[in-house]
Amino acid sequence: MFNLANPHFFMRYSSPLVTWSGSLAALLLAVGLVWGLVFAPPDYQMGDTVRIMFVHVPSAWMAMAAYTFMASASLASFVWRHSLADVAARAAAPIGLGFNFLALVTGALWGQPMWGTFWVWDARLTSFLVLFFFYIGYIALWEAIEDPHKAGRAAAILAIVGFINVPIIKFSVDWWNTLHQPASLIKMGAPSVHWTILTPLLIMVAAYTVLFVALLLMRMRTEVFIRQIHRLQISVAAGKAG
Amino acid sequence: MSEFLHMGGYGAYVWPAYLLSAAVLAFMTISAWSAYRKHKRLLHNLEGENQQVGKR
Repeated sequence: MFNLANPHFFMRYSSPLVTWSGSLAALLLAVGLVWGLVFAPPDYQMGDTVRIMFVHVPSAWMAMAAYTFMASASLASFVWRHSLADVAARAAAPIGLGFNFLALVTGALWGQPMWGTFWVWDARLTSFLVLFFFYIGYIALWEAIEDPHKAGRAAAILAIVGFINVPIIKFSVDWWNTLHQPASLIKMGAPSVHWTILTPLLIMVAAYTVLFVALLLMRMRTEVFIRQIHRLQISVAAGKAG
Repeated sequence: MSEFLHMGGYGAYVWPAYLLSAAVLAFMTISAWSAYRKHKRLLHNLEGENQQVGKR
């Protein structure tokens, strides 16, 4: 039987955390959206398509951050066998998948007016598509294997193995000759983006991050409920039979 | 206002990007929240049932 290590500490503290992070995310989103859509100036080269950056960069960032979280939680589940690590990894996956999807589509919407194409098989875009497939594979493994313990182990292996893709994505624009532009935020030296555009961008990144935390905790709590429900269903059935 | 919608000629790209982002984020939030509430209610009902079964 699947034995869930005592999650009482987690359940007690995650409840107010969900409310707080959810509210903070809503606030940051509101500020970031208004700033990005109304007050940020058009770029001298890109014009108003620069506003797509305010939804593209945060979703791409979160797709990678969520995968990193997933891989770390998977490793923790292997090393410490703490079942909450399993729960955390599983909860993060669909959220990361959503961000990954958004990054791909908003990127395509930027690419068409700017490069003249929705898609190109350069290193950055291709490795990001690979990440998308890893997310799908991870979720599919959880669904496909009946025993949650075995499913967790198989999915954890996939997550850990797939993590090599994350630094590849990050450095792809340096290692290969890509159409996607090189790093302008996290690189040696200061960010090369003007503050009038950098500020709403960072607010949106913060908004997406906090939203991820809120959704992750909510999904983890749900997963804990599901496991408790299974245990209780067995207990109720046994009680009725006895 | 129409300039805002026009987005310097790029409106057909900027607005779908924002609308799709809003839709996906809203979907993720709603789906997480409704699953949470559904299972919380289920667990609550089951705990009640379990107590009754235990008393028999």
